[in-house]
Amino acid sequence: MTITATASSSLAERRETVTGRREAWAAYLFLAPFLLVYLVFLVYPLFKGFWISLHDWELVGSYREYIGFLNYEDLWYDPIFWLTVRNTLTFVALTVPAMTVLSLALALGVSRRTRTHGILRGIFFASSVFSVSVVTLIWQMVLNGERGLIAHLLRSLGIAPIDFLGHPFWAMPSMVVATLWWSVGLPMALFIAGLQQIPGELYEAAELDNASRWTVLRKITLPAIHRTVILVIVLQIVLQFQVFGQALLMTQGGPADRTRTLVQNIYHTAFRDWQVGYASAMAMLLFVLMFFVSMLQLYIGRRED
Amino acid sequence: MASVVLRDVTKRYGDFQALHGASLHIEEGEFVVFVGPSGCGKSTLLRMIAGLESITSGEILIGGERVNETPARHRGISMVFQNYALYPHMTVAENMGFGLKNIGTPKAEIDARVAEAARILQIEALLDRKPREMSGGQRQRVAIGRAIVRKPKAFLFDEPLSNLDAALRVQMRTELARLHQTIGATMIYVTHDQVEAMTMADRIVVMREGHIEQVGAPLDLYRNPKNLFVAGFLGSPKMNFLEGRIGEVGEGRVLVDVGHGAPLSVPVSSRIDPGPVTVGIRPEHLKLAANGSGVLTGRVDVVEQLGNSTLIYVDLGGRAQVVAEESGDCPAHVGETVRLAVAPAAAHLFDGRGDVIPRSVP
Repeated sequence: MTITATASSSLAERRETVTGRREAWAAYLFLAPFLLVYLVFLVYPLFKGFWISLHDWELVGSYREYIGFLNYEDLWYDPIFWLTVRNTLTFVALTVPAMTVLSLALALGVSRRTRTHGILRGIFFASSVFSVSVVTLIWQMVLNGERGLIAHLLRSLGIAPIDFLGHPFWAMPSMVVATLWWSVGLPMALFIAGLQQIPGELYEAAELDNASRWTVLRKITLPAIHRTVILVIVLQIVLQFQVFGQALLMTQGGPADRTRTLVQNIYHTAFRDWQVGYASAMAMLLFVLMFFVSMLQLYIGRRED
Repeated sequence: MASVVLRDVTKRYGDFQALHGASLHIEEGEFVVFVGPSGCGKSTLLRMIAGLESITSGEILIGGERVNETPARHRGISMVFQNYALYPHMTVAENMGFGLKNIGTPKAEIDARVAEAARILQIEALLDRKPREMSGGQRQRVAIGRAIVRKPKAFLFDEPLSNLDAALRVQMRTELARLHQTIGATMIYVTHDQVEAMTMADRIVVMREGHIEQVGAPLDLYRNPKNLFVAGFLGSPKMNFLEGRIGEVGEGRVLVDVGHGAPLSVPVSSRIDPGPVTVGIRPEHLKLAANGSGVLTGRVDVVEQLGNSTLIYVDLGGRAQVVAEESGDCPAHVGETVRLAVAPAAAHLFDGRGDVIPRSVP
């Protein structure tokens, strides 16, 4: 009796193990396509980039010389590199908070499920589908110091027009404005999705509880979309650190390198100066910077939770 | 505490008329239950009283004041929602005190009132918890607490127990009835569950398709339904309906042939003409009869023994089936042929339009 029971239980165990193994294989099979893409297009390039950054590596030809961390040492003493880091940080510091507030404000304004709101959502999202060249062209036309839309407006008000893109102070804010206009759509869509998850009953309860609109925003809406806010901020940090097209096309990094960004610097170093090793070292530092800031943001978000 | 008066209130969504001229006077301190099937307009009416839905036409008065144009926040009423609608990022105490804080009540008073409500609802131990850390029953208690602390003119409940399990529902039902006795406030309660309506209400308002069908005390509606709908909606198991025909008309009494045995003799207070009628008999008024007596004959289809009573489902032939409610130790068996006796005074007659034909009071 005991023997039979033991035998049947071990048989059941074996059957369970077989089923478990089969399920594990099925899981890996489902994960495989993603893992493959992840390894080939993300993990491999990351390590390859790091490997290149340890070399004096020319873009064309076969000159590759292992030099250890010499590229990183050079970066430390490179004033242009630090200037572009500062410019990029300024751009991120101006763009990310403005983008978060603006996209949230738009989302709050158009999140209701009515036809008018639907149309407005479409309009606000539309600019996101343009390519960076179209966006910069539009904004060059708007900001042009001679014939731009704003120049006309200022002139009609009796104010001397400003050449925004050629002005040492205004060039960076102009780039920020163009970026906000271009990419406000996605964070707005994320916020709308977050807002539409909030049960309507909460707002009705708050209405009966005499809460003002400001109180409702502070005490109900913002806490409810807290995670979306973190998501938007992290995404924006990652995205805006990589600012490139706007700087290249609108200002070419000028005036006097005031808008020259890190990615632009990487691009020039690699493809104009052919110093791929040195450019890779910069890219690695950009990665570390983005990683660090995103992690910090996630950490702060989790702690507040 | 305040009275609530509805005068010919209607609600229209585009082409759809959700409410057709509802009129009702709810006294101060009364517990009124709106009951009806889904889509009958009961929740819409409640939300209109709350100020969460606009009024198409008619008038709503709270405490004698017309509130048609008054925003919800200034109507001085509290509402308990079906899904509790607790603010997820606030503690229980903050949830309960939110309304008071918004009108600038001093903190000491908020604390005192929250503590008092928590004591009444026995949720003192939960005050520092967040809604996600509580069970459904506890959340509903907090939602009720949030309504209490504001000392509103009236409490509105929108199906507050429908998300709770059966046992908890029964418990909360008694607690709500007790709460009403304790604080004596005007309460308007919406449910589709006729048992909740019967057990808690001072008065029940039965609604169907945007119309108020009948208003009255629970037992009054149970005993004297105005029409087939009210008769069928209140009571569990439902009232039995049999198609019949008035044959002989006597002095204060008619003989109704229901085709499954001897004709029923039903007392009526007004003169009626022979013709088709529907006979309504509550299960507790149908009893197994001794051999040779009784008026309905049929075969036992199902027997449900509930302990304190037994429900006997009897096929009368054709599509007619009736339920009889007998005592708990009733010896009925499936398949046997039985005769059922009806107390004639307990039978209800409904005319072709479904309206009741008044009975004479014996």
